[in-house]
Amino acid sequence: MNAPASLAPLQGAAIEFTLDGRAVGAVVGETLLDVARREGVAIPTLCFKDGYRPDGNCRACVVEIDGERTLAPSCCRAAAPGMKVQSASARALKSQRMVLEMLLSDMPDAGHKWVDGDPRLPHGELSQWAARIGVSVRPGLRSLRRAQPAPDVSHPAMAVNLDACIQCTRCVRACREEQVNDVIGYARRGASSEIVFDLGDAMGESTCVACGECVQACPTGALMPKTSLGTQVVDRKVDSVCPFCGVGCLLTYNVRDNAIISVDGRDGPANHSRLCVKGRFGFDYASHPQRLTRPLIRKAGVAKDQDAVPNPADWSEVFREATWDEALDFAGGGLSALRDAHGLKALAGFGSAKGSNEEAYLFQKLVRTGFGSNNVDHCTRLCHASSVAALLEGVGSGAVSNPVSDVEHADVIFVIGSNPTQNHPVAATWMKNAARRGAKIVLADPRRTELATHAWRTLQFNADTDVAMLNALIHTVIDEGLADADFVSRRVGNYEALKDNVRGYSPEAMAPICGIRAETLREVARAFATARSAMVLWGMGISQHVHGTDNARCLIALVSVTGQIGKPGSGLHPLRGQNNVQGASDAGLIPMMFPNYQRVDDAGAHAWFEDFWQTPLDPDPGYTVVEIMHKALAPDSDPHKVRGMYIMGENPAMSDPDLNHARRALASMQHLVVQDIFMTETAWLADVVLPASAWPEKSGTVSNTDRMVQLGRRALDMPGDARLDLWIIQEIARRMGLDWHYEGEDAGVAAVYEEMRQAMHGAIAGITWERLQRESSVTYPCLSADDPGQPIVFVDAFPTDDGRVRLVPADIISANERPDVEYPFVLITGRQLEHWHTGSMTRRASVLDALEPMATASMHGADIAAMGLQPGDVVTLRSRRGEVALHVRRDDGTPRGAVFVPFAYYEAAANLMTNAALDPFGKIPEFKYCAVQVQAGGTPRPVAGYGSGVG
Amino acid sequence: CEQAPVAVVHQCPVVHADAAGVQAAVECGTKVHPPAAEGAAFDPASHAQGEVTGSHDAIAPACTDYASYCARGGYALAAAVIAGRRDSDAVLSTLDDSGLRGLGGAGFPAGRKWRIVREQPAPRLMAVNIDEGEPGTFKDRTYLERDPHRFLEGMLIAATVVGIDACYIYLRDEYHGCRALLTAEIDKLRRAAPFRLPHIELRRGAGAYICGEESAMIESIEGKRGEPRLRPPYIAQVGLFGRPTLEQNFETLYWVRDIVERGAAWFSGFGRHGRKGLRSFSVSGRVARPGVKLAPAGITLRELVDEYCGGMAEGHALYAYLPGGASGGILPASMADIPLDFDTLQPHGCFIGSAAVIVLGDRDRARDAASNMMRFFADESCGQCTPCRVGTEKAALLMQAPRWDQATLEDLSDVMIDASICGLGQAAPNPIHSVLRHFAHEIGTVELTS
Repeated sequence: MNAPASLAPLQGAAIEFTLDGRAVGAVVGETLLDVARREGVAIPTLCFKDGYRPDGNCRACVVEIDGERTLAPSCCRAAAPGMKVQSASARALKSQRMVLEMLLSDMPDAGHKWVDGDPRLPHGELSQWAARIGVSVRPGLRSLRRAQPAPDVSHPAMAVNLDACIQCTRCVRACREEQVNDVIGYARRGASSEIVFDLGDAMGESTCVACGECVQACPTGALMPKTSLGTQVVDRKVDSVCPFCGVGCLLTYNVRDNAIISVDGRDGPANHSRLCVKGRFGFDYASHPQRLTRPLIRKAGVAKDQDAVPNPADWSEVFREATWDEALDFAGGGLSALRDAHGLKALAGFGSAKGSNEEAYLFQKLVRTGFGSNNVDHCTRLCHASSVAALLEGVGSGAVSNPVSDVEHADVIFVIGSNPTQNHPVAATWMKNAARRGAKIVLADPRRTELATHAWRTLQFNADTDVAMLNALIHTVIDEGLADADFVSRRVGNYEALKDNVRGYSPEAMAPICGIRAETLREVARAFATARSAMVLWGMGISQHVHGTDNARCLIALVSVTGQIGKPGSGLHPLRGQNNVQGASDAGLIPMMFPNYQRVDDAGAHAWFEDFWQTPLDPDPGYTVVEIMHKALAPDSDPHKVRGMYIMGENPAMSDPDLNHARRALASMQHLVVQDIFMTETAWLADVVLPASAWPEKSGTVSNTDRMVQLGRRALDMPGDARLDLWIIQEIARRMGLDWHYEGEDAGVAAVYEEMRQAMHGAIAGITWERLQRESSVTYPCLSADDPGQPIVFVDAFPTDDGRVRLVPADIISANERPDVEYPFVLITGRQLEHWHTGSMTRRASVLDALEPMATASMHGADIAAMGLQPGDVVTLRSRRGEVALHVRRDDGTPRGAVFVPFAYYEAAANLMTNAALDPFGKIPEFKYCAVQVQAGGTPRPVAGYGSGVG
Repeated sequence: CEQAPVAVVHQCPVVHADAAGVQAAVECGTKVHPPAAEGAAFDPASHAQGEVTGSHDAIAPACTDYASYCARGGYALAAAVIAGRRDSDAVLSTLDDSGLRGLGGAGFPAGRKWRIVREQPAPRLMAVNIDEGEPGTFKDRTYLERDPHRFLEGMLIAATVVGIDACYIYLRDEYHGCRALLTAEIDKLRRAAPFRLPHIELRRGAGAYICGEESAMIESIEGKRGEPRLRPPYIAQVGLFGRPTLEQNFETLYWVRDIVERGAAWFSGFGRHGRKGLRSFSVSGRVARPGVKLAPAGITLRELVDEYCGGMAEGHALYAYLPGGASGGILPASMADIPLDFDTLQPHGCFIGSAAVIVLGDRDRARDAASNMMRFFADESCGQCTPCRVGTEKAALLMQAPRWDQATLEDLSDVMIDASICGLGQAAPNPIHSVLRHFAHEIGTVELTS
């Protein structure tokens, strides 16, 4: 809005000037307010918010500067040498006080944001400052109070009471400059000036994505979470980390009466106080009445029916309550019995990327040392397994090279197979901020998603043609002499093989295949290669294919030949999905690796862990998620048949591909132990269900997509007799004959962490539990107490045998199941902003459910019209494996001939249709591509006892 | 102006409007401003110390078009400056010597402004302010509709001297006739000019008084809400699209050719009561002959009315006057002998601004004028800063009271003057102060004595 306040870039030079008669110092670019605050001089501020661009509109912070005709806003005025500034001269004070009085004169009697619970201080920061400097409104102004607008309570989460608006535009900057959602605007003028949503729509009808940045920014309570109108007093505020996606936003839970009433963004390295709708408003799942509170044992004689509709509100037909002793004896005893009867391969365990690092570590230790095999996996198999396979092979490390926020330093940002505004919303804000600064975003995705509006080029390529398109980019780089020869010669291996391979992949030859014009491919390749820095970020669109590993190999090759890795604003960033998928993988919750990616079939690593755990260990890699489901249905004669499982916090009965098959496998288990907070679709098939702890009920660490280990703290008591997951794992272990001792509060979480730190000394040796208590977030690799952590890696060498990238050429492989006459549409599955994974948490979060209550299939308007349908009509989607009926939604960003379905809805479970065909390296299923029919009509199934299902 | 009141039917003005006239205009179905006759030979210097506006009924006065302008030596100076035959520094010195100041209201010396921008790093831009929104001001339109090329030539000379890559002309959108005229004449210039032109864009104003404030105008040209910027940085340093920008009012550029061709002394040779130069007074109100008067700087109100306006309108005696539009304050008849110019009115809490003089008669009340102005400011406040947004609104309400709440009005005035972002809020209290100071008998703060 306003031009930058200072021409001079921030420099270190010292400035000396006078503030209130005192000699003070400042660096170039520092504002008078900065200096005043440092000096302990209180100046009222309202439109100013730390971290936001100062706007200087409220004028509460004006100060008097010698020689100037008018007062100056201290938040916007840079200190200059020799300046004589008075913050409390009669003139300055007069204006400061008048500004507060004028604003107060228009406020309603009853406010919405009480300071310290005092209804006499009803207008937040405005009341606070008025009380502090003793301002009240004279009757002559009070009688002129403006006509007040009606409240707008159309949004499920936020109340708009513009009677308390002071037009400071913090919300406008929050919406447009911070989160870049461009919903809130400032309309009309003069005293009629008002905050509007879109073109003056009600908030609930607007394009608002409910990130809540505006309610966090509003100083007076004009915009508020509905749950915290009025008093702001809470029983406690607990600093923690968001339980949803891999971005890893730090937050503060506001707790009253053992319930979270609101959430504030906290200044973490990944989010700098920003949150999205899930983090800010998706918290009440933990208090949902369907929480499991007692251990449950399947009733005698009740068969496991894979087709039965679970009833999470009333399980009494199927289960009976049990004591913890009985349930644990039954759970552990059953597992032990199968192990003892059928051998060490008879059991398997699925841990969870939604649990803590400590839980993941202990869970895989239980499987490896208690079950006796490496049959342990989790949903990383369903998300980035192929990316990790390619990265380990290519650069020697499965994690990101640069944090997301490094896009700040990128000239080109190449986003492929990812929909970050929906799936990594806060990460997307950094990309949008970068685009505003001038960085060029290239969005490559078969679906044209929201980020396209911020992109320099959008490549809406044909689904399944990633390798063709990426090879064409690499071809162009090499063909046009744009390869970074120096980087290639020093740091890249197998370059000639790659060069030979891409020779046949000219953009001209690939354009008909991938559907992007050759000239556009060349333009993008040139921009990427010649940029000062260029960064690649990708999601499941790359990984969830039978050629997912090849897709990722191409990305590695692209950054390698262009030298765009090992420096700021460049590199490779697979955006992690779950809040702890990085950490769970790091902790060894994968069948081929011990903690910190030590291969189980590596003799040295094997010996080290046998010694560390004082137990003989299986030297062979275990089975992966989908393989374990297959092995469950293996014939009795198979010595590797999986007969019993322990599933903690995973929901394979919703998240696995080809659900009819997966549910059959789960139902066939002789002994299935499920540990969760709700009666999930998986738990419905269990023999024993153990009520566990929700994230806000426990302490522990999680590791985000940026390789930051972050501390979550217990904020709530558990309901009923639910227990800490870490405690449950230890109790199962004890009943399987393991002699573990983790002393200390919260089931010994600190002791578990300490053991894990030793097991992962090559990554997190420098991150002690105490340091985490202090710093909340530490980036690894971090090898010593004084190591600040390394956000950017591969600066000098890659952790491969020869220190070089190992390029692996890739050729075109088709999807396992292509559309044909019978099944003419491509089904693409994924997530949506409001819902997480299988919906077990988010569909029980009231705001999220209100915003997205029902399953939908997104199709291009032309396809909808061609079928004679209207948006909102019911369609039946059918693949060779299963079918669902659901409502069709118009989305012209979905390509023609494709249907997009989020997989969070039990009543229209997309994975009934998906194909379990695997990528040979990552063993990841092809969730992003299978063939389906679309048929008008059908009967949607009723909702499964949670989620309103009402649009 | 001299044609008030004016109604506009579609884009066609009806001058001296009454119900019958407006109805007739609606029925006749004309939707656009009628085009002006071409081929006129308007020479502003010949109007010096005289009236510029002639007929009070013409809505499309004859215009000096491109051919006609060139035929009378037009663009010879620009061509010489652009070709380097005329030294830029000499042009600057002439401007300095003439004492030409910004005629939009602020009065910043033109030559000095050009030098400041010239010293900034390229690319540099120019923004020309023809938003002419100050109540009572109509001089720019008067010259523009008669003589557009004299302004364009001044703009080209400025662009050359300062080293400007692109000129953005921001034209009041209600000036439909001017827009058509200027569009056509710029096209002619583009086609026929024997020298290279900078990039020229004619932009339609956004219909707000505040967009005449220099930095709000820049925001508006950038496609944003018209809100003034905080300064520093000054727009000479960080202006349009973040580039150093020379912003000038139409009339400032309009005089460049004549000053350079005729010499600085020609311009500075005019003047009275110790002041120098010519001023285009837009005179309206209770005078016999309102209109644009090209009078010497320093002329007094009484002289202006008597010598240039045919005295007061019949039946009115001089009671008060507004020397500078809505925000320039109000002075009583007893102070009608002060020289009118930049700097001379400040001691009396007033300023000349764009020289829009509004004359009140003995049947008018100063408080009504002040109240009217404050309502105008409240309507036109952009709403960005608290003192102006809230202050103008509250003051307008308080000024309706028969007896003013002087303490509160003074408090509001203080914060508006001291803490508003731009000139609108800073000057908005001037009418309040004028009434408190000179017309206290109207607002119940002193007893009327007869």
